[in-house]
Amino acid sequence: MSRIVGIDLGTTNSLVAIMNGKEPKVIADREGRTLVPSVISVDEQGWMVGERAQQRLMTHPQSTIYSVKRLMGKGLTDVQEERKYFPVSLTEKQPGIIQVELGPYRLTPPELSALILKEVKHRAEEFLRTKVTQAVITVPAYFNDSQRQATKDAGRIAGLDVLRIVNEPTAACLAYGLQKKKQGVIAVYDLGGGTFDISILKVKDGIFEVLATNGNTHLGGDDLDQRLMELVLQEIRVEFGQNLQEDVESIQQIRLGVEKAKRQLSTEEVTEIVISLKQGVVYRRPLKRSELESKVRDLIDLTIGPCRQAMEDAHLSLKEIDEVVLVGGATRMPLVSQLVQEFFQKTPHSELNPDEVVAMGAAVQADILAGGIQNMLLLDVTPLSLGIETMGGVMSVLIPRNSTIPTNAKELFTTFVDGQRSVDIHVYQGERELVKDNRSLARFQLKDLDPLPAGMPRIEVNFTIDANGILHVSAKDLRGGREHSVEVKPSYGLSDDDVLRMIEESFTFAKSDMEARLLIEARNEAATILAHTERALRRAEHLVAPEERGRIQDRIIDLKRSMEENDHRLIRERIEQLDKSTVHLAERLMDSTLQNGLKDKKLSDLP
Amino acid sequence: MSGEKDSLARSLCWNCQSEVGGEYFCDHCIKIQPAPSDVDFFQRLGLPRHLTIDLQDLERRFHDLSRKIHPDLFQQRSEREKAISLQNAAILNTAYRTLRDPILRVEYLINVEEGAVKDISAKAPPDLLEEIMELQEALEEFKQLRRTPSGEGARLKETLMAKRDRLGARKDILEKDLLSLFQEWDRFQDQRPDYADGPEEHRKSLLRRMKDLLSARAYLRTVLQDLDEGLRDR
Repeated sequence: MSRIVGIDLGTTNSLVAIMNGKEPKVIADREGRTLVPSVISVDEQGWMVGERAQQRLMTHPQSTIYSVKRLMGKGLTDVQEERKYFPVSLTEKQPGIIQVELGPYRLTPPELSALILKEVKHRAEEFLRTKVTQAVITVPAYFNDSQRQATKDAGRIAGLDVLRIVNEPTAACLAYGLQKKKQGVIAVYDLGGGTFDISILKVKDGIFEVLATNGNTHLGGDDLDQRLMELVLQEIRVEFGQNLQEDVESIQQIRLGVEKAKRQLSTEEVTEIVISLKQGVVYRRPLKRSELESKVRDLIDLTIGPCRQAMEDAHLSLKEIDEVVLVGGATRMPLVSQLVQEFFQKTPHSELNPDEVVAMGAAVQADILAGGIQNMLLLDVTPLSLGIETMGGVMSVLIPRNSTIPTNAKELFTTFVDGQRSVDIHVYQGERELVKDNRSLARFQLKDLDPLPAGMPRIEVNFTIDANGILHVSAKDLRGGREHSVEVKPSYGLSDDDVLRMIEESFTFAKSDMEARLLIEARNEAATILAHTERALRRAEHLVAPEERGRIQDRIIDLKRSMEENDHRLIRERIEQLDKSTVHLAERLMDSTLQNGLKDKKLSDLP
Repeated sequence: MSGEKDSLARSLCWNCQSEVGGEYFCDHCIKIQPAPSDVDFFQRLGLPRHLTIDLQDLERRFHDLSRKIHPDLFQQRSEREKAISLQNAAILNTAYRTLRDPILRVEYLINVEEGAVKDISAKAPPDLLEEIMELQEALEEFKQLRRTPSGEGARLKETLMAKRDRLGARKDILEKDLLSLFQEWDRFQDQRPDYADGPEEHRKSLLRRMKDLLSARAYLRTVLQDLDEGLRDR
């Protein structure tokens, strides 16, 4: 039976987990590492993901990318803030679709995320010794429709059937519910690498009902690092008179240096930032925990507003919260748990590994969908209100935020002009009064209406948000009762055709990656054999007849020629031919080596 | 409640063609059935059309039904069953959200009773009209005055706060009146007693009174929001 895996596709790290009997288990690599750094790099041999790609951040910053999640479901204008994080060039393929330039390739964020998904999928396949085709993937609870859709597209491009998109804090709560048997009202505070979520859940007899969720998709550990980087850059300018703002290699050095110091300060009171710059210059600076805290406190304070709003939306007072759970690597900072404790007036829990708990929850949800766990059910909500544009650019809310999903709303549409043949519906997500302040999701067009006097057509449009938090629209002509066609133009992200093309391309990519690797391996092997043979010929000059020597020389020339072609099969063939031609030489050489070797030894020295 | 069941639309199971009566599952082949469009939110949760609802009972019903019809449980089934469970769960969730909130609940009831979707527009209670007009003028004046700190601004703020409290109290009374109409509605539903003006007249009058209270409440709510917004410290 094929297994459904749970994947946490994180900003900084990704993980894959499965249900192992009754327990979720995060799959580790041979070295025992569970985290796959969400870093992608490319060279002439092909793509690299994870540790290997991460090592290239400093050596090849222009062909390496990280934090791709920050770009998912966005247009170029949305990521002006983010651009300073990325040493690579970002362009827009068409409005609403970002392209990342990496070496000779230009890829969209879903294609890049698909490379990470393939890596973790591969990891799971090695562990399970079977193909993996179905997955549950987690996203921040506060992700909008476009960001969720982009994640689903990434799954499809990676060859995965994404059975469910689950919200990260909810997944964490499922893991806690299963393993720690937590019940009652639970607040999950999730501060990850790039996003913040707060979710309030009511857990009762196996039902995990989300009451409210809120968050900030532009706030996480990366932003704290950014603060420290600004400090270090400033100090380097003063101390060494160097402006490194545009120096991508040094920026990566600094990024890794401050990140390490930040992590150390979660357990130590004081640490040292050490950064080796170019020309042997070393920047060193002691950093106290209190200093770090004063630099980032305002950022962590930004999480309190969403917590307050979530409590209000859940109609709960702080007294009614039974448990507070911390999720995400950034919650390891003592200042974070301190502020959470101050706000909720309760000691927060983090018994389960905050890096792994989301992936574990995804595996739990995968098992629920597979029919394994039968007494647990997750009822999640949509984080943002869904509405349509009405007269004067006003947002008319159809589905309020924090509605349990799936959910739907019906709206009746008609025409304003006699004979009007189509009606445009512009759908938005957000909490503001005017659509211009909200996020455009898509334009829907009801086409081929019967030409009737204004106001006569009656088209009922059904807006459904599925259990993934993704919108579907269908329309029915109430006069005829027939289904009406709806043309969808997503405002951000890929069309279905784009995704299909990328799935195909990813196969050819994989194939050409493989071809390239085989070619390089064959060339390397040929070079080794050539070196050996040439050396042997020199050493055994007196042992081979001239005509044998000439035959070998010809084979050498043949092999060298084949190495200039791009056909690994031809190289292999020539290697074999050369091998055959040197069998005799090798034998003679072996004999003589043996004799030489024995010359200076006594018999008693031999084993 | 066989009488209630009979009133539902009768149709055929999409799978085995047995007759089904608006239930979630076919009695015969146990396949999930699409919700008929004339089944209201009360029926979806197995409740009579009452306005007083025990919220714990409502939650229990919602959870029990979710355990039966949620799309998670149909992941391994046919595309058709998946689609039906998605639509059914969407309606159930919307029904629960609507009935859980007393205001959404009564607005929904009025819509189904009157057979059409009609928005309840905000309307000022006639006796408060003049007072609210004055209040809005005073609020504008206060906003002007605030630009330059003065004793007059502080005095005006105090007056406005007092008026705000009075209006808030009035809104509470409206909501209490509405709740007593809830009870009257439920009694009427249970007994349909012989009212002098006949059950149909009484039904209409109850709906009209509830609508008036809702209009006044919606109006007061907007005024109070504006006031709170205007009086908030910058």
